[in-house]
Amino acid sequence: MWVYQKKLQYPIKITRPNPALAKVIISQFGGPDGEMGAATRYLSQRFSAPNNDMKGILTDIGTEELAHIEMVCTLIHQLTRNLSIDEIKKSGFDTYFVDHTTGLYPIAASGVPFSASTLQSTGDAIADLNEDLAAEQKARLTYDNILRLADDPDVRDVIKFLRAREIVHYQRFGEALRDVLDSLDSKNFYAFNPEFDKCRK
Amino acid sequence: MAENNESKEVLLHRLQVCDFILVELNEYLDTHPDDPEAIRSFEKHRAMREEAAEAYTKRYGPITIMDHSATSGNQWRWVDGPWPWDMDKEGV
Repeated sequence: MWVYQKKLQYPIKITRPNPALAKVIISQFGGPDGEMGAATRYLSQRFSAPNNDMKGILTDIGTEELAHIEMVCTLIHQLTRNLSIDEIKKSGFDTYFVDHTTGLYPIAASGVPFSASTLQSTGDAIADLNEDLAAEQKARLTYDNILRLADDPDVRDVIKFLRAREIVHYQRFGEALRDVLDSLDSKNFYAFNPEFDKCRK
Repeated sequence: MAENNESKEVLLHRLQVCDFILVELNEYLDTHPDDPEAIRSFEKHRAMREEAAEAYTKRYGPITIMDHSATSGNQWRWVDGPWPWDMDKEGV
């Protein structure tokens, strides 16, 4: 169950339209390491989590990722306001515009639509948490690449906030993984699936 | 009018700051449930958040559907703009 809060997690007010930049940033909406994948990954994985701490952290970080989807979409929406056809053609935004106008569609910058094949939910806490650690690093490096491509200080400020959250989430998932490993049966030195396979006593 | 918009921005920002601190502490406490300092900080900022939310929603409308300002007399105010992604003058 969720309750919508009618506000952004972090203020966004982009006054300079920039459709070329929007076309790059959209990867963090529907791209391989984007926020939609993050929310879907964590909110799916939590059902097989073996302990309450892991259920909590996946629920709470997954919920924050929903707020990040909204922030990334707000960036794109504000970067593509009041465009002329000439600006759309010159910026290269025309290849997105032809299918979606200035609507928000979850897609990678390369044009590949969002796919669940970019994520996993394995039913194995150790595999899932290792995937989550990698996912946070991949999202962080995508934001690093966006910062290499973005000049607008208002956009950069928002991207830096989102980048910092990836680093904090990486830390939290590392702690959750350590908790799971610490609670394994002493006979389970190969760290196999702690919720599906049970050690013989 | 400009003064009102400014206050709205300030009140909303205060609420966003409180909520951000609570999200950060929430996630930290999930993996450090026995940290009394973090729990005290959570309780302190939860109280600040309640105050900030009340100040904002009274004057500028609901943040959630449960806020009293979602309804006003016979009026459904929840859908009133601006929505969070809106950029128009009135939509700070």
